[in-house]
Amino acid sequence: MSTPAASQHTPPLLSVENLVVEYPSKKFRAKPFRALTDINITIGQGETLGLVGESGSGKTTLGRAVLGLAPVTQGKVIFEGNDISNASRRERRTLSRDLQVVFQDPYTSLNPALEIGDILAEPLAVQGLDKETARKRVKELLDQVGLPSDAVHRLPREFSGGQRQRVAIARALALSPKLIVCDEPVSALDLSTQARVLDLFLQIQKDTGVSYLFVSHDLDVVRHISHRVAVMFRGEIVEQGPAETVTRNPEHPYTQRLLLASPVPDPDRQEQRRADRHRLLEQQRQQTEQAGAAA
Amino acid sequence: MSDSVDTAAVSVATGQTGTVVRSTVMRRLLKNPLGIAALLILGTIALLAILAPVLAPFEENFANISKTLAAPDFTNILGTDSAGRDNWSRLLFGAQLTLLSALLCAGVAIAIGLPAGLIAGYYAGKFEAVSNWIVSILMSLPGLIVLLTIRAAFGPSVWISMIAFGILISPSYFRLTRAAVQSVRNELYVDAARVSGLSDLSIIARHIFSVVRAPIIIQTAAIAGVAIAIQSGLEFLGLGDPTKATWGVMLSEGFKNVYLTPTLLLWPALAMALTIGGLVLLGNAIRDALEDGEKIKHRKKRAAVSATGAATAGTRTTAEPAKARQSRKAVAAVESGTEHHLVKVTGLGVGYPQADGSIKKVVDDVSFHVDRGEILGIVGESGSGKSQTAFSILGLLPDNARIVAGSIQFDGHYTVAPEDEKVSQERLTKLRGKRISYIPQEPMSNLDPAFTIGYQLVTPMVRVLGISKAEARQRALKLLTDVGIVNPERTFDAYPHEVSGGMAQRVLIAGAISCEPDLVIADEPTTALDVTVQADVLDLLRELQQRLNIGVVLVTHNFGVVADLCDRVAVMQNGRLVEEGTVREILRNPKEKYTQTLLGSMLEGKEPMTMLVSPPEGPVAHGETAHHATAEKEPVA
Repeated sequence: MSTPAASQHTPPLLSVENLVVEYPSKKFRAKPFRALTDINITIGQGETLGLVGESGSGKTTLGRAVLGLAPVTQGKVIFEGNDISNASRRERRTLSRDLQVVFQDPYTSLNPALEIGDILAEPLAVQGLDKETARKRVKELLDQVGLPSDAVHRLPREFSGGQRQRVAIARALALSPKLIVCDEPVSALDLSTQARVLDLFLQIQKDTGVSYLFVSHDLDVVRHISHRVAVMFRGEIVEQGPAETVTRNPEHPYTQRLLLASPVPDPDRQEQRRADRHRLLEQQRQQTEQAGAAA
Repeated sequence: MSDSVDTAAVSVATGQTGTVVRSTVMRRLLKNPLGIAALLILGTIALLAILAPVLAPFEENFANISKTLAAPDFTNILGTDSAGRDNWSRLLFGAQLTLLSALLCAGVAIAIGLPAGLIAGYYAGKFEAVSNWIVSILMSLPGLIVLLTIRAAFGPSVWISMIAFGILISPSYFRLTRAAVQSVRNELYVDAARVSGLSDLSIIARHIFSVVRAPIIIQTAAIAGVAIAIQSGLEFLGLGDPTKATWGVMLSEGFKNVYLTPTLLLWPALAMALTIGGLVLLGNAIRDALEDGEKIKHRKKRAAVSATGAATAGTRTTAEPAKARQSRKAVAAVESGTEHHLVKVTGLGVGYPQADGSIKKVVDDVSFHVDRGEILGIVGESGSGKSQTAFSILGLLPDNARIVAGSIQFDGHYTVAPEDEKVSQERLTKLRGKRISYIPQEPMSNLDPAFTIGYQLVTPMVRVLGISKAEARQRALKLLTDVGIVNPERTFDAYPHEVSGGMAQRVLIAGAISCEPDLVIADEPTTALDVTVQADVLDLLRELQQRLNIGVVLVTHNFGVVADLCDRVAVMQNGRLVEEGTVREILRNPKEKYTQTLLGSMLEGKEPMTMLVSPPEGPVAHGETAHHATAEKEPVA
């Protein structure tokens, strides 16, 4: 297909260029709904890009566009030098070896009627692995995500949220992919479970060198797991850069608001943060007013 | 065809049953006496039909002219008809033809409706639009007239008329299938299968078809019954093939001779009634079996706590809790000097009776108090019993919940006295809405979509405060301004779906403070909101609490929210109170290991890219977190 980007020495694993996603409107002849506007991101080998934003900001849509689950209206999604923005089902099947997903809700991302073993074997079967090899691989996977091997013959409903999310992670790992799109994978979990699942993500990255596109609404989670962070607001990326910079000294007013809105677990520091937040809001309000007056 | 509507509802509800569940459905079906009866009746009739050539003493059209309208005897056990044909033989051969034609009708309907429904449901788009048109046309055709026309055009063939009827009835399968498929089309596991590169065909076969199967079986039972009735009806009118023995032809024959030999009418009618009744009962039994499975599903969705007793409502408790209560009595008696507390919960235990007579405790020996103008945070993970504790204060526990121990007092009076087994609704109705109010977690699902926000704010005020509507309206507008809504008139007249989640939560907070309560119970009031909105709502809660000097019980899992609002904190785990203290004590120097673990799981202030909990194997990655290391503690639900 297309040639790898020759200008760079090490082309990124994934690069999204000027991506626009529009959903056709339900109403006849109405303007389509623009979910994403002019998105540009790259993810390198073994790198985690954190994608943070609030509900409706388009962060989930970006993940889905990369996976081919959302329609690409304009722009390109380039994976390992190939434009996959409009890949066919056959190309997707090849691609699924390298590109996988972990969804937010561990309760609906596993088919409740299938045993864990069958769920994990599904991507293997698609790639044409024979049953015996697949069985071995499933065992390895369960071990890797810290689940007992007798889980093979059990149903998803017999597991807690955290354990289900481990199954979903194991399914994503089944084909040893290069990139996993993680769509809010810890937001449905309890605090201590979230910590363990985050540990698992980090451990897997350390062991396999996989890259993550990590979508979350929680700045703390994104800071913890990402090398670089992109902030989304109303379908656009308003700021991106190294995780430390973006999540500690953000430049964009929205990111600043986001940072100061997240409460810290100490009454006095939280009081300080609250005051800072009010000051920031006041300051931003004045700026907008001035801008309005100037215009 | 009215069946298609509620079977469709079943299919949506049972959208997640499938292969493995089916075995339990079968077992449940066999436990249901109606199910067994239906299966027995249908099985017998089917067997008789299959064995008709063996069992029938005569050919179906063999006529003994010398013996017409005979009473039952040893050669003709059910007698003969007006042409001297053996009723028993005709009944058996009739069963063959009638059942086969019903199957043909259902088969045709499934062959058309099922694939079309699958495609339309899964792909939507143009195919769905076109097929919807066709279906609407088919459904608007007057069935009987079409069948009469077809009979006139193609002659009296049972098969042709049943094929035609199958086509006419196929929309019911189409709609059923489409609704079921639509309900799972956007499930995440279907997306995951797409990402895995499964072809559409495999996705439909593996993930989608299993959802449709059960409703299709139910529908087929109903449709087969209708087909038998329609077919017999046509033949009863004399439009059938007179050379074939069917129940309808027999019925027609019996009707002609109803004054001479009424029993002629009885046998085919009985056969039809049994078959159709059996089919209907079977459909109902399958539906019941599936709905039982539904209950279990709901159970796991809720927190493990509230769920356990769901199936065993009404099981009386045994002597055990009574004993427990007696031992608590001494504690509850020492109440003088505690009247000044706004709420005082003492040794509270909440349990759900189990099928085996035992009680599963979800709250165990919990004691705390809240004073006026104070915010108490109850922190814990899912299943810790924090919401159950809050609901006991509100008196909103499920019906089957039992207070197995302890007492709750509000402003110097018991709402749950030490002896009580249930929260006294009589005492609480006077308090709830007036002096105790509630802010829920999901703002959207706690506003009725059918009424305007204004109506939902005004009605309780008129009821509780006894003020006029106009006055209540003024108050509601002021409250909406108070909770930071910029354009209160517009919000007042809006329906819940017209406002954002944060706005809806503000409305609910306005509702909670509308009757000037002394105590507000807030159950995860900001969990469903975006962080920036959460910060605003927290500001609002703090401001209102200080201004009105109310007591607040704040149930949350977020220590940041606790730090922001609370004066004191109670930490709960598995229904027990682990630790209680001032917010600084608990957040800075937690004494209990569980609290330490919880706080250790916070990401704030952690070195990025390091392990939070010590890894399952290998050395501890981060020395500081070593003491948080705990065994994998995710209980199997």
